[in-house]
Amino acid sequence: MDRKYIGKRVVRNEDPRLLTGQAQFVDDVQFPGMLHAAFLRSEYAHARVLKVDVSKAREYPGVVAVFTAEDMGRDWFPGPPLVSPPPTVKDVIFHSRRQVPLVKDKVRHAGEAVAVVIAESRYIAEDAAEQIEVEYEPLEVVLDLEKALAADSPRVHDDLESNLAAQLFQKKGDYEAARKEAEVVIKRRIVIERGAAAAMENRGIVAQWDAKGRHLTVWDTTQAPIPIRNGLAARLGLSESQVRVIAPFIGGGFGPKIMMFYPEEMLIPWVAMKLNRPVKWIEDRRENFYATTQERGQVHDVEIALDRDGRILGIKDDFIHDTGAYDPYGLTIPINTQCHVMGGYDIKNFSSEFRVAFTNRIIATPVRGAGRPQGIFVIERMLDLAARELGMDAAEIRRRNLIQPHAFPYQHEIVDQAFAPLVLDSGNYPAVLDKALEMIGYEKFVKEEQPRLRKEGKYVGIAVAPFIETTGIGPYEGARVTVETSGRVNVATGIGTQGQGHFTSFAQVVAEQIGIKVSDVRVTTGDTSEFHWGTGTFASRGAVVAGNAVHAASSIVRGKILKLASKVLGAPEAELELEDGQVRIADIPQKSVSLGELAALANPLRGAVEPGTEPGLESTAYFGPQYGATAFGTHAMIVETDPETMMVKIRRYVVAEDCGTVLNPLILEGQIHGGVSMGLGNSYYEKLHYDENGQLLNASFADYLLVSSTEMPRIEVGHLETPSPLNELGTKGVGEAGAIPVPALFAQAVQNALHDRDFEILEMPLSPNGLFELLNKETE
Amino acid sequence: MQTFQRSVTVNGERFERTVEPRLLLSDFLRHELGLTGTHVGCEHGICGACSVLFDGQPARSCLMFAAQAHEHEIVTVEGLGTIENLHPVQQAFREAHGLQCGFCTPGILTTVTAFLERNPNPDENEIREAISGNLCRCTGYQHIVDAVKLAAKKLQAQE
Repeated sequence: MDRKYIGKRVVRNEDPRLLTGQAQFVDDVQFPGMLHAAFLRSEYAHARVLKVDVSKAREYPGVVAVFTAEDMGRDWFPGPPLVSPPPTVKDVIFHSRRQVPLVKDKVRHAGEAVAVVIAESRYIAEDAAEQIEVEYEPLEVVLDLEKALAADSPRVHDDLESNLAAQLFQKKGDYEAARKEAEVVIKRRIVIERGAAAAMENRGIVAQWDAKGRHLTVWDTTQAPIPIRNGLAARLGLSESQVRVIAPFIGGGFGPKIMMFYPEEMLIPWVAMKLNRPVKWIEDRRENFYATTQERGQVHDVEIALDRDGRILGIKDDFIHDTGAYDPYGLTIPINTQCHVMGGYDIKNFSSEFRVAFTNRIIATPVRGAGRPQGIFVIERMLDLAARELGMDAAEIRRRNLIQPHAFPYQHEIVDQAFAPLVLDSGNYPAVLDKALEMIGYEKFVKEEQPRLRKEGKYVGIAVAPFIETTGIGPYEGARVTVETSGRVNVATGIGTQGQGHFTSFAQVVAEQIGIKVSDVRVTTGDTSEFHWGTGTFASRGAVVAGNAVHAASSIVRGKILKLASKVLGAPEAELELEDGQVRIADIPQKSVSLGELAALANPLRGAVEPGTEPGLESTAYFGPQYGATAFGTHAMIVETDPETMMVKIRRYVVAEDCGTVLNPLILEGQIHGGVSMGLGNSYYEKLHYDENGQLLNASFADYLLVSSTEMPRIEVGHLETPSPLNELGTKGVGEAGAIPVPALFAQAVQNALHDRDFEILEMPLSPNGLFELLNKETE
Repeated sequence: MQTFQRSVTVNGERFERTVEPRLLLSDFLRHELGLTGTHVGCEHGICGACSVLFDGQPARSCLMFAAQAHEHEIVTVEGLGTIENLHPVQQAFREAHGLQCGFCTPGILTTVTAFLERNPNPDENEIREAISGNLCRCTGYQHIVDAVKLAAKKLQAQE
């Protein structure tokens, strides 16, 4: 289809404000008389709280109040369960244990909040928090995933019989039968450890209670303002219409900003009401390491069965997932992992049971990728081992197993994170693989360049990793599109924005329908007073679910515009065209009426209105997909490894991505670049080091290494577009795509580079030091 | 607590304020002067989001006390350009999509502005080196590097 606005490299509407310091972030919200909160957090990962003495803190000059769990009285209760287990899967075990606003009896992870100090300034609040005396009885710490599930393990939740938080089994076909047929069976243990999302903006909340107006306004760094509003209203005994939650400009989300509710989110609005003063809490970076959710900790026991031609006959993957101290986010992450172990491959037999373990770490919730990178790491590592055993080329073994273009929609016969059947809707997977191989010059490199470079003594390696990304899941999102009398268009939707460019890509979707400049479309996201139905920004679903809601509303508004213009211009609708904010008769362009004039006519001040007519040129529409749209991509890279220092230099990095219809290639490429940088962090730089006491040893940016500009390679991105049949725009999500295959790719490349060394990478994240130890362990 | 009388020039305007000795320059700019364009990402000098120009040189405002800025000149992101009249570096970042969430952007803009004055025609490696003290979690830096190249061209065309 010939499109005028969709698919164009349009510069962003939101940038001028962001570039000049005029965009409002949560910490920029200021009120006279505003108070500041600081938390006293537990130094122990697992301890009974015997006594909390806040008397000195209360007397500290400038302190207005100090609250403990005890002080909250009947207002102290856990957060709501966020996602319940899938009702459609048999014999699922799920023990819901939710986080609390402040610790009452027992601390379950280091950094859990014990008390909050409210003072005239943050400086004073922090001083006073140091005056609080807590008597702890330290308990044995639960960290190791296997030991956590052992019968003799100390328990994170005393009322449960064990640390088993959940258990779920899913299968397809008959793995055991497939295994008997197999000519090659490989079994391995794969360990993946936690990393941090580390958005540049820490979390923060400002709450303002208007006692006379009985209205609460909350500015929150959340990815899901509407569920936060609804939950806060329920917690605080208010009507939903008495609570407004604003997620203004957010400095990166990446998943953890959609943990509903964080203890601070429950507490700060309550304090603001209690004290009848505006209250602000801004997380500092150290707190972000100790109190913001993390992800990725899993231990897999995986077995793959193949025939001699490298065709996968079946996979069995049993794993343990670390949910941390509580499990409010349900089973999203491990189900995602389960769904991605089969990846984009035609696998007939699959068996997977996961167990979720409570540990004394901060809660695990999705971080960009959300369980998917682990699943892809598992299958891709196993395919590499299989290729080695069979003496096959890495690209070839993948090509042989990819789902073929004619096989869509393809049933994986298990349920996904939305409890919908895992159906891969559309795609041309081999074409995407070929595109990546062509972009990186695979054949030539393997046949000519690599042998030559190896002769020169260089340890160069190449890798290719295809992956699926389940995206754009339901339940639904909505949008309201209004043509205003200024001729400009106003759009409101319920999701939040953390840098994805919704203010522009949604404007492009509207412009396509209404024929108006992208810069004349004002988009609001994340303000419950503008739009109050919706769920939030997660699962790479903004462009798919909210995007299609915007599209649906715009289409209806287009119809209204044409209908009215047809009357005004005295011409049939079919002869009208919408362009540059005008409706014209196609053959007589001088006969036109502007959108602004039409908007005024649609909302007259006098005169009769036909029965059944709605005022204005406005529509609210919703979109809810039957099941998620699944994107597909392939990354390839060439690395050079220094066998002395274990430094890995990336010489080339290419991405071939098919996320359906591309709304804005500029924004899309930016999403991929950022995802890859996070994936490289997950591969070689970013690992959260916990000691045996559950203390995080690298809780600062000096010690936890984010990828900087000097480590990042230039990324070449190629697009293929197989529109999703599940929505009118044909979009599939891409927000997490960049991060998903990177650890698998990295391991393959390093392994390939160090071709003459006998070792296997079966863990992530690695580091130069980790790789050194791995190589030396193998040679011992 | 002891306080100091301090005068600081920020974005060309002179401010006289009484400050506590421990007040960070970043907090002073944000909360005392209301210049919230300067962002605080780590408060330990690594992320670079709070970078401002201190007598023309990029400096971490979270690693300085407000009191140290006495009789010095500071430029924050608000001092570069306006929404209606973007500075060429800001314009380049917009055209090259050199920002996503925009949180690290103010520190990068101040750093890059000073860098391009020192090195008006940098190559890719020099650019990557120059911004290596500014962390960005969204962009993977590629569009930032592109934006700096574009900014260099724009600034040269201006001369």
